[in-house]
Amino acid sequence: MWLYAARRIVLTIPILLGVTIICFALVQIAPGDPIQNLLSPTASAADAARLRAAYGLDQPLPVQYFIWLGKVMVGDLGMSIANNTPVTGEVLHAFMNTIVIALISVVLAFVISMIFGIIAAYRSGKLVDKAITAIAVFGISVPPFWLGVIVVIIFAVNLSWLPATGMGASGSENFSYFRWADFKFAIMPIIALALPPLGIMTRTTRSSVAEILNQDFVQTLRAKGLSEAQVIIHAVRNIMPQAVAMLGLQLGYLIGGSVLVETVFTWPGTGYLLNKAVLTRDIPLLQGTILVLATAFVLINLVVDLAQSMIDPRLKRS
Amino acid sequence: MTDATADALRDLPARPAPTVRVRGYWGSVWNRLRYDYVTLFCLALILVIIGLAIFAPWVAPMDPYKSSMAHRLKPIGYRNYLLGTDEQGRDMLSRLLYGGRVSLTMGILPVGLATIIGGLFGVVAGYFGGAVNMVIMRTMDIFFAFPSVLLAVAISGSLGGGITNQLLTLTVVLIPPLCRVAETATSQVRNMDFVDAARSTGASTASILFTHVLINVMSPVLVYASTLVSVSIILASGLSFLGLGVSPPTADWGLMLSTLRQSIYVQPLVSAIPGIAILITSIAFNLVSDGLRQAMDVRA
Repeated sequence: MWLYAARRIVLTIPILLGVTIICFALVQIAPGDPIQNLLSPTASAADAARLRAAYGLDQPLPVQYFIWLGKVMVGDLGMSIANNTPVTGEVLHAFMNTIVIALISVVLAFVISMIFGIIAAYRSGKLVDKAITAIAVFGISVPPFWLGVIVVIIFAVNLSWLPATGMGASGSENFSYFRWADFKFAIMPIIALALPPLGIMTRTTRSSVAEILNQDFVQTLRAKGLSEAQVIIHAVRNIMPQAVAMLGLQLGYLIGGSVLVETVFTWPGTGYLLNKAVLTRDIPLLQGTILVLATAFVLINLVVDLAQSMIDPRLKRS
Repeated sequence: MTDATADALRDLPARPAPTVRVRGYWGSVWNRLRYDYVTLFCLALILVIIGLAIFAPWVAPMDPYKSSMAHRLKPIGYRNYLLGTDEQGRDMLSRLLYGGRVSLTMGILPVGLATIIGGLFGVVAGYFGGAVNMVIMRTMDIFFAFPSVLLAVAISGSLGGGITNQLLTLTVVLIPPLCRVAETATSQVRNMDFVDAARSTGASTASILFTHVLINVMSPVLVYASTLVSVSIILASGLSFLGLGVSPPTADWGLMLSTLRQSIYVQPLVSAIPGIAILITSIAFNLVSDGLRQAMDVRA
């Protein structure tokens, strides 16, 4: 176990280095002089020269990369152009807002998709199966941001049950997920975020459960007189490693992919930050946010892999 | 050899030839698809949507760029505006038809390019193995460290908007998954007996790759690529929604959704229309790829 974990952790390091290389490259592929991208438009030529020296931009690219990497290692992601504040603080603050709704969405989607998937696999070919499959296909095919708009039209415009956007009158300062007046603002983003992973996970669960139910041991279980509920428990235990993997992957996708949904709801998370960075062409902010999100994605995958190997010891040997 | 067997052998060609028609691989795939009405319907729907987009200048009832301040945000069925008008009084139906040109191109073209490039890298990595495999696949692994939407926003956000940059972004995002599928399929095929047999008859690497490996790698790669069309359409519309696609007057489903978002309180139904177009197209592509997967007997 520990050997496997150590090996897996060591293998993550080159991936993370690769991530930093791509993030470093983002500034390079941005059109124009990188120093102009890092500076506010009102900066003088002297400012530009000072910054060029400070960033070591007169050095060759690999040297620049290591200078930048050194700063990243100590948590310095540069300054945001629009606000002239440290990127690190802005990103971490937004990241908390994103991870909470992403977690709620993915857990919600996971629970529902497990139930849906098991029912659909059991009633394969029946009407229930078809209905569930239809929901799943809808979830996969729907553009999440459009779903956000539709949810706003239904719940905010037509029914006026829920507030359309933002994080509430109290602002994000003393926002509490445990206060209904605040939580109301999170409901629609959660619905819009949950549906696509719901679709994907339902399909995966359905096909894995169907595969398990076709195996001989299930027949044995039934033959020895277990009730269907007990058979289901056996089937669920067998798909757990895959289910955990799928949960982790979807959480990662939600954290990285919430850009559009957060934009629709002006939810002050990393996605909203990215949108702001794109609109104002704030390259340091874009770079910093991407780096934090990709790192989180890699670490989530690592945790998932380790959890999977704990649940299913067979995986360690491969 | 006895006379009896000699006679029997002489008689053989005289027997009537078997009349069973032997189907090739694609023949049997088509035979299975023929009875899959859902897939056929979706395929027909896709052809209709593509046809409408291609022939938009002839089909569209009005000029998609002619705005009219007097007819802004009219409901569905207002006068001769079949689907109403947008925030600048332009005909929604015409814009939708024209918008399909950009949106469908952004769904299909990047997948095509990524299939060729990613497939090539994957086949090379899978077939040659060793160091070549390591360099190619470890590079791909780095791209897998980014969720697809994030990678798209990262590249597109740095490059800036515009249709070429969007095309480039989507292609780069789609290459790694296609490369991985091609690599897995190739490394399975290359150890099969028929490849060894071909090698032992002295076939060159190129001829083994093209006549034996590529054919067998094609179906999983094509099935997987077909699932990516809908992903690409949604990603493209998302980028346009963020302002990273075509520039404003151009009709594009994602951009239309983005500009109409301000009008959901005035005309909720009309504002939702571009999304419905994306949804229908993407469902059709998803169901066709499900059908293809079954017909080609490729496991997910």
